[in-house]
Amino acid sequence: MAVANEPASSPLATAPAPGRRWGEVIIESIIKIAGVSVIFIVGFIFLFLLWEGLPAILDIPLRQLFGPQWYPIEEHFGLLPLLFGSLLVTVVAVLIALPLGITTAIYLGEIAPPWLRDILKPIIEILAGIPSIVLGFLGWIALAPLIQTMGAPTGLTAFTGALILAYMALPTIISIAEDALYAVPREYRDGALAIGATQWQTIWRVVVPAARSGMLIAVMLGIGRAIGETMAVLMVTGNAANIPAFSENWLFSPVRTMTATIAAEMGEVAQGSTHYHVLYAIGLLLFLITLAINSLAARLIGVSGGRRSRPGGSL
Amino acid sequence: MPRRPSIAICLLLLLTALALSACSRTADAAGAQAGTGRAIQNKGSDTLVNLALAWAEQYRVEHPDISIAVTGGGSGTGIAALINGTVDIANASRVMKDDEIAEAQANGIDPQEYVVAIDALAVIVNKDNPVSELTIDQLADIFTGRVRNWKEVGGLDEPIILVSRESNSGTHVYFLEEVVRKGDKENKDVFARQTLLMPSSVGITSEVKRNPHAIGYDGLGYVDTNTEKLIAVAKDAGSPFVLPSVATGADGTYPIARDLYVYTDKSPSQAITDYLTWITGPEGQAIVAKLGFVPIAKE
Repeated sequence: MAVANEPASSPLATAPAPGRRWGEVIIESIIKIAGVSVIFIVGFIFLFLLWEGLPAILDIPLRQLFGPQWYPIEEHFGLLPLLFGSLLVTVVAVLIALPLGITTAIYLGEIAPPWLRDILKPIIEILAGIPSIVLGFLGWIALAPLIQTMGAPTGLTAFTGALILAYMALPTIISIAEDALYAVPREYRDGALAIGATQWQTIWRVVVPAARSGMLIAVMLGIGRAIGETMAVLMVTGNAANIPAFSENWLFSPVRTMTATIAAEMGEVAQGSTHYHVLYAIGLLLFLITLAINSLAARLIGVSGGRRSRPGGSL
Repeated sequence: MPRRPSIAICLLLLLTALALSACSRTADAAGAQAGTGRAIQNKGSDTLVNLALAWAEQYRVEHPDISIAVTGGGSGTGIAALINGTVDIANASRVMKDDEIAEAQANGIDPQEYVVAIDALAVIVNKDNPVSELTIDQLADIFTGRVRNWKEVGGLDEPIILVSRESNSGTHVYFLEEVVRKGDKENKDVFARQTLLMPSSVGITSEVKRNPHAIGYDGLGYVDTNTEKLIAVAKDAGSPFVLPSVATGADGTYPIARDLYVYTDKSPSQAITDYLTWITGPEGQAIVAKLGFVPIAKE
């Protein structure tokens, strides 16, 4: 048996023993179908969005589509406040989550003793598994009143949404950044320490720069997680399709995101109406934004991570 | 050596089992639908959903062989479902629009309208808000954002936080037409852009409950006067201020009261016709009054 297994484990094996060939063929084709189907599904989703969303882009004058008013029951289809809402909430969420996530990853990967690491890692993974609607509840019941008592006119603001999203993006950022640190060869650290660098100098000047590309991917995926999140922001951002004036406090104004708009309005629309197609156009816009983020991430790996093509496996 | 083929066989078996169970499940679902044929699908207005549930439960007690499935989602949602042919009865807190009727007819459905109850729409503020009376003109100014501070309508020097239902709500559309636009069809005013749009009635009441500067509106049946304060509304500057109640809604002195509707296809099944007769009859209307809505007048 051992003898028969030997050549099969090599990819160059040409004539394996008869009788096991069929099993392999079937398994291989199942795996191949699974892999290829992903490409087809993504392609179909894109075509579907294009098919349903294009009529809106053709029907509505571009000037209106990029106008400042979203009030669909009166045929005002300005996407700017929605785009503004999504970007504001996402950018603020990433600004909060990034330093927290990267420092946590550095602590976990470089500084924490193994026993503490063994406790913290699973807990962070549990955090990743909390359904977003539960975090939405938390934001609605606990965070929003807190923010209101801090002096905001209402607790349902862009900042409330950003805090919840930051909390949601954290586990992704932490575990991918930590994998990136883990992938830095041990010799780098040994070398730095051997020439007299302190632990902090080693981390800051050697390990983190070496893990840069992986860290960037962590950030990109964090952004992707934040911009696509729906239910939690629907519950805590107030959903006012408004671009606050320059004089107002943007952070503590209610905003309406693209995802929340689709979720709140999809159930209402009559199929085939302009409003229906506009909602698909918003979906298309979201798809293109995440596509851009992902391809930017892929390009960044290509530029700065040639040495290690991949920073760890748990994507 | 026999390991790998056996895995393949297991996988195949698993796939087959999955495929079979999927088939049998769809067959079951189809059987359930065809077999009973009496589960009446009822969907729509969130204003009506509690009332529709109460009707369905009581009707079930009296007619155990007929089951009625009630879901909410908003008037637009229910009407869209009727147009798409997925429900038997659509609940709506507004009349169907002309283009919705046209779409339904294009789908081979001829919507029939029934008034089933009257709803007094209450304007609510936080309990700590000293303002207790507003005219329709003042409400229009507030909800369009022309008035942005409570002191302009006799309150404290604080910003006004507007709270509304999402635009797929019939309550939203009614409030837009009758209060924001004061019933004037030529008026093109809309809600101020900074209005918080809540996906549910609960969203409005909980924001009003905890925010001392908030003002919102909701069906009278949903207002808890222990935690929210009702505003007395006057039609114009010369008219008396009237608090919403079942009585003032029924006699027409409260200015923001509207009919609530259900829609069905033309010539529905006997079971649905019986149900609608029961709803508009004395038993159904007794439940209407019990839930804080206004019963329709006997004809």
